[in-house]
Amino acid sequence: MKREVPLFITAAIGLFMILSFFVPHQVVSVPSDFLQQTAVILVAFGYVLGGANVLKINFDGIYKRKPGWAYKLVLVISLLVTVIVGLAEGRTWQDPHSMSIWIYDHLYAPMNATMFSLLAFFIASAAFRAFRIRTFEAGLLAAAALIVMLGRVPVGDLLTSWLPHGLQLGTIQQWIMDNPQNAAKRAIIMGAAMGVMATGLRVILGIERSYLSGED
Amino acid sequence: MTLAGFGGPDVARRLPCPALPVAALAFSVLLASGAAAQTLIPPAPASGLTWSDAPNDAGRSVFLTWRASPDDSSSPARVTGYYIERAETPGGPWALVDSTSRGVTTKEDPTVRRDTDYFYRIAAYGPGGRTEALSITGPVRATSQWMNQTRWSVLVFMVVFFGFVLYYMASAQSGRKPFVRRIAGIDAIEEAIGRATELGRPVLYVPGIQDIDQMETVAGLVILENVAKMTARYETPVRVPVSYPIPFTIAEEMVKSGYLHAGKPDQYDPSSVTFISPEQFAFVAAITGIILRDRPGAHIFMGSFYAESLLLAETGFSTGAIQVAGTAQVAQLPFFVVACDYTLIGEELYAASAYLSGEPKLVGGLKGADMLKVCIIAAILIGCVLETLNIHGFTAWMNTQ
Repeated sequence: MKREVPLFITAAIGLFMILSFFVPHQVVSVPSDFLQQTAVILVAFGYVLGGANVLKINFDGIYKRKPGWAYKLVLVISLLVTVIVGLAEGRTWQDPHSMSIWIYDHLYAPMNATMFSLLAFFIASAAFRAFRIRTFEAGLLAAAALIVMLGRVPVGDLLTSWLPHGLQLGTIQQWIMDNPQNAAKRAIIMGAAMGVMATGLRVILGIERSYLSGED
Repeated sequence: MTLAGFGGPDVARRLPCPALPVAALAFSVLLASGAAAQTLIPPAPASGLTWSDAPNDAGRSVFLTWRASPDDSSSPARVTGYYIERAETPGGPWALVDSTSRGVTTKEDPTVRRDTDYFYRIAAYGPGGRTEALSITGPVRATSQWMNQTRWSVLVFMVVFFGFVLYYMASAQSGRKPFVRRIAGIDAIEEAIGRATELGRPVLYVPGIQDIDQMETVAGLVILENVAKMTARYETPVRVPVSYPIPFTIAEEMVKSGYLHAGKPDQYDPSSVTFISPEQFAFVAAITGIILRDRPGAHIFMGSFYAESLLLAETGFSTGAIQVAGTAQVAQLPFFVVACDYTLIGEELYAASAYLSGEPKLVGGLKGADMLKVCIIAAILIGCVLETLNIHGFTAWMNTQ
């Protein structure tokens, strides 16, 4: 029963949600909306579990003075301060001068931006490796990339403006984006969509059941 | 009092020049007020209001269409827009439900209750005031439908797909196991874990950055069980940082299950799966911290990734660890291809659990998906031929809403 009941619930709700995609009638849509809202509430409870795990793992690390325990201390203090400030401010947290907004604007947002801006340097180093021409295919990739990059900036048009329209970099890059690039992208998306359906079906039918527990 | 009389005739004579602009100003004010009086006429009414029930819905909206006021395109503008008002009886009271700008003559009202009668009227408004339409429309009733008529094609393809999958699953179970091509990326997972074992370092497994409602996350978690089995067999610790709470609880089950199936439940470390944060860059910061501090020997990224894909993979590359990634996010695939040793592309991610487990029922599902691909290719070719022949019925049937 420990496995059968969850499998039955998964199958019943899964098939019902598939049905709701085709049947807009309220007999189906109202329970379907309710189930989706329930999922949101369940996720909210999940955060309690997640928060407890964060505190447990990091308190343990601090207590045992594991390597990098000071970072864990900063994390725990930041987490607790943010939660306490949020609770203390209640509904006034959205006030422009609230402490929560200050934390968001002066700590969270700059740290987020810092991490995101690292991407510029990583793209440069990754591009350096990607465009090394070692094989014929790598050469094709580099040539296509060069055309697309040049064709998308004004200097590309300037360089080839004297050529017939069909041979200008802007036209060629658009052809690359619309045809070979789009065809490959759609093939991957369609294959992935079928993978999604197959995985969904396996979960609904209980063929893929490892998420339940380790016991058979 | 006249300007000339204000200071007497002498004053007017002494100041002829200032007096003229003042008179001109007074004249222009008079002209302007005359023009204003002209634009302050209320616009002519809109007319011809009709309604239709929104198709393929649960009776939650109606469409309204009307003919614009004759003054809609006049210059200067006499119509600013239209008010849409609704009442439950023809006599009112009327409540404003929406408004549009001028030139717009259709509107959907998504605020109706199903199977309830309503009456609508349209009022044109502008600088000169508002004018109600001469007639009202109703009763308007939104009803729910039993079938979304635009989704028959999806239903047909889904039934065909499910049929293929179930047939090939049954076929595989009866002993006719279909051929599955070698997928280098999946084979490399064991190689990566073996290398981490040789180095005496842990394995890092990241099941994407999305919640459980993304099927890529489900696929990533299913692969995790197989990875956990291998790490249990090799007696190598695995570290699984997770970004959302529900995948976190499932990941715990997966790792526990992997160790149990490998016959080494006592080696399961409850702290191997950790909840980090759903915040994208906080999650990235935590994982890059793990990569740089703990130096795992193998990094496995399987699931849904966005901008963080390159941050993770490039940081991992800098440590010299063997890296295997898999995602169906097309925009992130190039980054993984560049920075990782092996990459599972799109559907390979979903095939990985069947490939790794070798279970006949799961492998049969792959064959079913292949057969649907044949059907889709056939449908694309048929659609191309029919469109070339100017027959649009098939493509219209495939168009869903």
